[in-house]
Amino acid sequence: MHELQVTERILNIAVKHASGHDVSKIVRIHLKIGELSDLEDEWIQRYFDYLSEGTLAEGAELAIEWAPIVLGCEACGSRYEIRREALASPECPKCGENDCRLISGREYLVKNIEVI
Amino acid sequence: MDEVRLIEVKQDIHADNERAAEELRARLADTKTFLLNLMSSPGAGKTTTILKTLEQMPESLEVGVLEADIDSMVDAERIASAGISAIQLRTGGFCHLDAAMVSKGLDALDLDALDLVIIENVGNLVCPAEFDTGAVRNAMILSVPEGDDKPLKYPLMFTVCDVLLVNKIDYMELSDFDMGVMLERVERLNPEIEIFEISAKTGWGVKEWAAWLSREVAGFIAD
Ligand SMILES: Nc1nc2c(ncn2[C@@H]2O[C@H](COP(=O)(O)OP(=O)(O)OP(=O)(O)O)[C@@H](O)[C@H]2O)c(=O)[nH]1
Ligand SMILES: [Mg+2]
Ligand SMILES: [Zn+2]
Repeated sequence: MHELQVTERILNIAVKHASGHDVSKIVRIHLKIGELSDLEDEWIQRYFDYLSEGTLAEGAELAIEWAPIVLGCEACGSRYEIRREALASPECPKCGENDCRLISGREYLVKNIEVI
Repeated sequence: MDEVRLIEVKQDIHADNERAAEELRARLADTKTFLLNLMSSPGAGKTTTILKTLEQMPESLEVGVLEADIDSMVDAERIASAGISAIQLRTGGFCHLDAAMVSKGLDALDLDALDLVIIENVGNLVCPAEFDTGAVRNAMILSVPEGDDKPLKYPLMFTVCDVLLVNKIDYMELSDFDMGVMLERVERLNPEIEIFEISAKTGWGVKEWAAWLSREVAGFIAD
């Protein structure tokens, strides 16, 4: 839904970091995105292809690493990963409690860029 | 052949927005203005709830409303005709508000004179959840006709909110909405969330929610 705006930010960040490094082309952008996000990778790539025309990043591939949703159990202190679909029953696999809090899963990071 | 090199970036895509949100919160702390960000699906009852809530707030409170209708002035006009200062934000088709847009919108209000500003965010449960607006508190409305499965479909929204208003309670009899199941789903995502059941149409339950909000505002102003 807001893929267009997020894609624009990704492009700006990538181009900013490429300039000053004697880059002729950005070939790949590595992203790390939390699974709690609703981004559709297919759409971001399409938007990216459109927005990046005529920039250093034209034709670059977006490589997305999806970061898992991690919960922390308040009862026993253990941390565990959970699928988005399983959030309805987030019981701790160790002690069975469901008193948990979100540790991660909301990341939105441009990790690095591959350039030539 | 040119070698492919790797350049470290490690930059959060939302970092700029988070910075803007913190700046806005600092500004609002200075002017002692409580900013409430209200989110929901289209038609869940944001505008109606704002109007009904403000009727129940102390007379002495100076209030403003920021309206983020995508493409119309309808809601801003509804608010203004109730005698409340309303600003229409041009979202330019955006699906959410970010801190920079809110900050700019607030420039049109006399913040020093205002105790409370309510943002009616763009109607959707996905995008607004991801953008910190700089608000002091986030509230969302889930209306009964939308169904009790929404916490499963939009977990992030339920995670970022401090308050959940379950609106259109007057529809309960007509629907298979299971309040117990819905509440359980929400509590699991966000054990700290405050929950109020209301009908913005009849006014049922609005008093309790308005009292909670009044206390929050008073506490913020006194700080
Ligand atoms: N039965 C019933 N109808 C309600 C209630 N609250 C709001 N409505 C109706 O729901 C419709 C939408 O209400 P609005 O307040 O305009 O909702 P909104 O979320 O501001 O809508 P958008 O700004 O278009 O996203 C209107 O017809 C309201 O009268 C309620 O508690 N019960
Ligand atoms: Mg409205
Ligand atoms: Zn445990």
